[in-house]
Amino acid sequence: MTRHLKMDTPATARLLDELPSRLTGKPMDRPDGPKKVAGKATYAHEWEIEGKTFGVLARAPISKGKLVRIDKSSVESLPGILGVFSEDRFLRNPAQGTANEAPIQGVSEISYFGQPIALVVAETFEQARHGAHMLELVCEADSHGVFDPEANNISPEKPEDDQLDQGDLDKAMAEAAFTVDSTYRTPNHNSAAMEPHCSIASWEGDQLTLHGSYQMVKYNVNELADSLGIEPEKVRILSPFVGGGFGSKLGIAPEAVAAAIAAKEIGRPVCVTLTRQQVFENVMRRSESRQRLRLAADETGKLTGLGHECLVSNLPGETFHEPVIQATHFIYGGENRRLSIEVARLNRMCAGSVRAPGEAIGMQVLENAMDELAHTSGIDPVELRKRNIPDTHPEEGMPYSSRPFAEALDEGAKRFGWDKRNPEPGKQREGEWLIGMGMAAAARVNMLMESKARVKLKDDGTAIVETDMTDIGTGTYAILTQLCCDMLGLAPEQVDTRLGDSNFPKASGSGGSFGASSSGSSVYLACQDIRGELARRLGCDEDALHLNGGKASGSGQEVSLTDLLAGETIEGEGHIEPGKTMEKVQQATYGSYFAEVAVNAVTGETRVRRMLGVFGAGRILNHKTATSQCYGGMTWGIGMALHEAMEFDPRDGHVVNNDFAEYHVPVNLDVPQLDVVLLEERDDWASPIQAKGLGELGLCGAGAAVTNAIFNATGVRVREYPATLDKILDGLPELQPA
Amino acid sequence: MAFQISLKINGNGHDVELEDARPTLLDVLRERIGLTGTKKGCDRGQCGACTVLIDGRRVNSCLSLAVSLDGAEVTTVEGLSDGDTLHPVQAAFIENDGFQCGYCTPGQIMSAVGFLGETGGDASAEAVREGMSGNLCRCGAYAGIQDAVLDAQARMSKGGKT
Repeated sequence: MTRHLKMDTPATARLLDELPSRLTGKPMDRPDGPKKVAGKATYAHEWEIEGKTFGVLARAPISKGKLVRIDKSSVESLPGILGVFSEDRFLRNPAQGTANEAPIQGVSEISYFGQPIALVVAETFEQARHGAHMLELVCEADSHGVFDPEANNISPEKPEDDQLDQGDLDKAMAEAAFTVDSTYRTPNHNSAAMEPHCSIASWEGDQLTLHGSYQMVKYNVNELADSLGIEPEKVRILSPFVGGGFGSKLGIAPEAVAAAIAAKEIGRPVCVTLTRQQVFENVMRRSESRQRLRLAADETGKLTGLGHECLVSNLPGETFHEPVIQATHFIYGGENRRLSIEVARLNRMCAGSVRAPGEAIGMQVLENAMDELAHTSGIDPVELRKRNIPDTHPEEGMPYSSRPFAEALDEGAKRFGWDKRNPEPGKQREGEWLIGMGMAAAARVNMLMESKARVKLKDDGTAIVETDMTDIGTGTYAILTQLCCDMLGLAPEQVDTRLGDSNFPKASGSGGSFGASSSGSSVYLACQDIRGELARRLGCDEDALHLNGGKASGSGQEVSLTDLLAGETIEGEGHIEPGKTMEKVQQATYGSYFAEVAVNAVTGETRVRRMLGVFGAGRILNHKTATSQCYGGMTWGIGMALHEAMEFDPRDGHVVNNDFAEYHVPVNLDVPQLDVVLLEERDDWASPIQAKGLGELGLCGAGAAVTNAIFNATGVRVREYPATLDKILDGLPELQPA
Repeated sequence: MAFQISLKINGNGHDVELEDARPTLLDVLRERIGLTGTKKGCDRGQCGACTVLIDGRRVNSCLSLAVSLDGAEVTTVEGLSDGDTLHPVQAAFIENDGFQCGYCTPGQIMSAVGFLGETGGDASAEAVREGMSGNLCRCGAYAGIQDAVLDAQARMSKGGKT
C-alpha cells in the first residue's frame, strides 16, 4: 500500500492538532542522543570492516594546468603501500546538491589548487599519509589562471533567469526622498563540518557498498553509479550518522569515487577520509560576492525602487551559482526593480551550497542596506521594515502563504527592549566599550521535495520507520519518531526510526531546509496508510479512528492494537510530492534578529553581548531540536559577521587559511547565551503537516543584526565582511585622555 | 623502529605494538583498539574533537604521540558511563541538547568532565564558555553546551559522581 499526496491544494485538515498524544512539537530528547554522548554513534570512518585499508588523496599543487605524469615508483616500495590510483573517472570536484549524475570528471586537466588527482592506498593510515606526501606529481602550470572575480580582463556570465528589470530604477532613485546606493563585499565561506568527509568502499563481486558521510542518499547513489559507469542497483550507500553537513555533503565527492575504484582494484575495502586541509581546499565554498544595493524610498520610507546587483564566481563548467537575490524578490515591495547576478569563472575550488545558499549573504547585505535607509530617513528600523511588507509578490503578483513577518518584528522588538536603543550612533559607552543595538529581518524560501518512507506496525504493537533520509544533526530521528508516535498512538520507546540506508524508500535528503517537512510528510502519509488499514479492520471510517496507548477505537468498541493486528505486521508507505501550491503562492519563512554588541573603543574588537531570534516556520515538529537549529544558524551569523573568510592567494589561487587555526569559526566564548522564540504557526500550503523549513532561517540576515549593531555602537559602517577590528578601528572616535 | 607500550584505557590494560613512532594516541584508539568514540576533526589540535583525559587532565589526543604515553591512564568517552547509567555530564548534554550532529560531542563531554574537575564545582556561565572554548562545534550548539555543563555541575555538587 502507498498513500500518495501531491501538494496541489492546501492541506486544511490539521490532523496532528486533533490526535490524542500530541508529542509532535514537544521538546523531546533526541532518540539518537544516548549513542552520541557515549561515543557509540557510528560515523562513516568508524565502521569495522574486515580487511579495511586506508587511502589518502594527493592533490594538485597548481591552480590551472595539466597533470603530465605521476611517478608511482616514488612510493610503491615504501612500507605498506598497496597501490597508487589516478584515472579519468576521478571527480574534479563534488557533485552539486540534487545533481543526480556525475560531476565533471578527470585528472589530466587541473582547474584549482587542491584538486584531488591521485589516491595512495596502504595498510595503515600513517603509511598512506606518508605515501601521498611523497608521491611525485609532474604538473605543467598554465599561466592564465584567473583568481580575481573583479579583474578587468574577465567578462562574467549573466544567467538569463537572474536578470530582472522592472520599471525604471534609475528614475526612482532620482525622484526618491531618500536613497541608499552602497556596495558590499562578502568573502568565501567554508562549511567546515566537524566530521571530515569520508567514504569506505567495499565490493562483493560487482556490488558496491559505500559507508559514506552524505546528506542526500537517493541522489548520491545515482551520482556514484554514474561516476563509476555502473548501474545504480549495484550501489548501496549507508549514512546513518553524519557529522555535520551544511551543504558540503550534498553531492557525491572525490573521496567516494576514488575509494570505490581503488577497492575494486586491490580487492579489499578502502577507507578514504579527507584531512581538514583537504576539506578546506576541495569540498565546496560559498562564493565571495560583490553586492550593490540601491534603495529608493518616499518620505514615509516606503520603497519605490529596489536594486540588488551581484557578482559571484564558480569554476568553469559548474551550473550552480550562489542565488544571492532569492529572498530579495519577495521580501519587500518597490515597483521599480533591478535584480541581477553575474558569475565570474575562476580557478578557485568549486562553489556550491553552503548553509542557506543565497539568503545567508543576500539577506545579510539587504538588511544592512535597510539599516542604512532607516538611518538616512530617520525612521525606526523595525517600523521601516513593517512599512515595506508587500500585499502581494512585487514581481509576480501572487499572494503569500502564512507570513508572520510583522509579528516576528514586533515580538522581537518587545522582548529585546528595542525601545531603549538610542538611534544616534556612538552615544552609549560603558568604560572603554561602545554599546550598540542592531536588528535585521530573516527570510528564506520554503521548498517541499519528493520524499518516501515506510512504516511497519509490527504484531507486537511497536513500529519501525524506514527511509533513506539523513539526520545531519537536524533532529530527523526525533521528529520522525514523534510523528509516528502521534499518528499511531505509540510511545517514543515503541518506535524505532532507521535512516540513511539506500535500501530504504527514497527520501528528500537533508538540504535546503526541506528535509523535515518533506520526510516528515512522507512518514505522516505512511502512517495514514496504516490508519486506513486499521480502520478497515475495525470497521470504521479512517476519520473516526482513534489510536492511543496501544488501543484502537472508532466504531464504538475499543480493542487493543495487538488484537487488531492479529499476529500480522502492517506496512504503510508514504509518498509526498510537491505540486501547484509551490506556484500558486509565495511560500517562505520569516523572522527577526536583534543583537547588542560592545565594541572596544581602543582596539575595535567586537563582542556580541546578547542576541535574540524570533522565527516563524509553520508547525514546529520538536521545540528543542528546532531551537537548536536556530541557535546554530545565529552562531553562523555571528561567524559571518565577525570572523569567517577564506583567503585565496592572489598570485596562485591557493587557500591560505586551510585549517581551524586560520579559518575562524565562532568558539563558545564568542557566542553569548542566545535567545530563540518560535512563533505558533501553521502553513497549510506548505505540507500536509503544516510545517516549513527551519534549518537555515537562523542565518538568513543574522550577521546584519550584528554589523548594524556595530554601526549603532560606533558610527562605523563595515561594507567588507567580516567586520574585523582593523576595519572598525579607523572610524572610531578619538580617544579622550583619562 | 618498533615499540611496545602499555596503556590503561578506561580501566583496562592494553599492550600496543607500534611499527614506528608516528601513530598518535587518537589513531591508536580509533584504528588499533577500536574505540572510535574519540573523534578526529582536524588532526592538528585546533578543534578539540579528540579530547581525552590522560592521567586526569584533558588533552588533545591527536597531538599526543602514543609512544610517549607508555604507562599512562587514559579515559575516553566510552569509559564515562557506569554500565547503562550515563555520567551526569552525558545525561546533561542530552537533556540540554548540547549537540546536534554529535561529532564534536565526545570531545565536548571529555573537556567538560576535565573542566569541572579543574574548577571544583563553582564555575560561572562565562567561565564555562571560556573553559569550553577549545572545543569547536560547527552546528553551533554552544548555548546547549553551556547549559549542559552548568547543569552537570549542579548535579555533581549534589553528591553525584565526579
